[in-house]
Amino acid sequence: MKLLTLIPPAAAMLLAPLLFGVIHRTKAWFAGRQGRPLLQSYFDLWKLLHKGAVYSATTSWIFRAAPMTALAALLTASLLMPFGHVAAPLEFPADFLLFIGLLGLARFATVLAALDTGSSFEGMGASREVFFSALAEPVLLLALATLVRQAQAGGPGSLATVFQRLTTRVHWLHDGPILALVVSALLVVLLAENARIPVDDPQTHLELTMIHEVMVLDHSGPDLAFIVYGTALKLWLLAALVVGMVLPPVSAIWLNLLLATAGMGVTAVAVGVVESVMARLRLALVPQLLVGAGALAAAAFLLGLA
Amino acid sequence: MLTNLILILVVLSNLKLLASSRLGAAIRVVAAQGVALGLLPILAHREPLAAHALLLAAGTITLKGVVFPWLLLRAIREVHVAREVEPFVGYSASLGAGVLILGISFWMCTRLPMPASIASSWLAPVALFSIFVGLFLIAARKRAISQVLGFLVLENGVYTFGVGVTSRTPLIVEIGVLLDVFVAVFIMGITIFHIQREFDHTAAAPAGEGKD
Repeated sequence: MKLLTLIPPAAAMLLAPLLFGVIHRTKAWFAGRQGRPLLQSYFDLWKLLHKGAVYSATTSWIFRAAPMTALAALLTASLLMPFGHVAAPLEFPADFLLFIGLLGLARFATVLAALDTGSSFEGMGASREVFFSALAEPVLLLALATLVRQAQAGGPGSLATVFQRLTTRVHWLHDGPILALVVSALLVVLLAENARIPVDDPQTHLELTMIHEVMVLDHSGPDLAFIVYGTALKLWLLAALVVGMVLPPVSAIWLNLLLATAGMGVTAVAVGVVESVMARLRLALVPQLLVGAGALAAAAFLLGLA
Repeated sequence: MLTNLILILVVLSNLKLLASSRLGAAIRVVAAQGVALGLLPILAHREPLAAHALLLAAGTITLKGVVFPWLLLRAIREVHVAREVEPFVGYSASLGAGVLILGISFWMCTRLPMPASIASSWLAPVALFSIFVGLFLIAARKRAISQVLGFLVLENGVYTFGVGVTSRTPLIVEIGVLLDVFVAVFIMGITIFHIQREFDHTAAAPAGEGKD
């Protein structure tokens, strides 16, 4: 294993909470406020790690194991995602299936813990989370299948080879429309999977309307830190997926990394802009949004076949 | 290249029509689709620009991009409807059906013998897709305006097929089709207005009797 391959997971682990800072600053800028410090998420995580955890008497070992399981799954997933055209430490054909599976495992652990508390609010949140992700996951799979097909890697390549071929060999004028469809579908998935507006509002304080936040109400201290950090990692990984397929490589490695980091910043700003200019969708309309994203991905897949 | 872009716009606008309940937005989408398709005869033909292609493009854009939207927007303003209510097939289900139709169209076109001179391999599938989506909209929606829009999409599909696949359709046939559609939309706009007026009248009569 080359030392260079450690860069993508290290970047994910170190810089992921920064994305929240960028999103918050963008929203603050739109609202004409100063906003909280860029590094506030790191301070919050540090504070949470030094607190004690409180466990309800009705919970079992599942509740304690879930935050660690979720974080472990997401950390493993970060070993699969290349960044800035530097290959990831783990790379094998069709590794994107494992990537999607690990995201699913993290969600499964969080949902189990939410159900374990026996709280009716958390059960409701878990139900919504599972419903929406059941719609978002096929979109992600379909979008990635389209990417792999467009990359013409001769069989299911790894994420690194797919990104490599997409950004160098694909004729953008010819395949551009298809890739644009895939990118827009992936951006909707990114917003939905990370519980951002227009699907879910991370800032809300009303349990009835929450989706992701309501599932983690009973976690405290280090457990909550794990979950918050895991959310940041998930946002980073999905954004890295979008950035990886769009950014073409340049000759120098450090320049590639710099460009990719800038791309992540742009994605975070875009999420912040969406959150500033859009209201949250009615819950009944969210499935429609996800089905629409699925239709885009399916159309891209079919157009790619012809 | 540009042909492919237009065809993707057509696919997207069809999907949008399947998913949206707002009639005003739907009319504008159909208008945009008409304008995009109006550019097709200029782009689809390899030979140097003929007056025939330019004339067809100008006619299509004027009719589908300006006249029809104006007629239909006027119709929904007159009869005070803004959105489709309780369609026979819901919007998510319609979108799903749309994707299925797209798949079927692509599959069908692998079975059809195509002329070698076709401008884009997506032309025939997208044309079939428009035709099926038009039929679907006519069958699945309750509002008369939505059904008129379905008819327009259906005609757009036929037009795409005609312009893209057959290399030289006689100008007179194309203009004739355009004229037919114009008359149809014109009559439908008037009919919708009259249905509404009649309906209002009959609905108001019992209430008036109750007061006396």
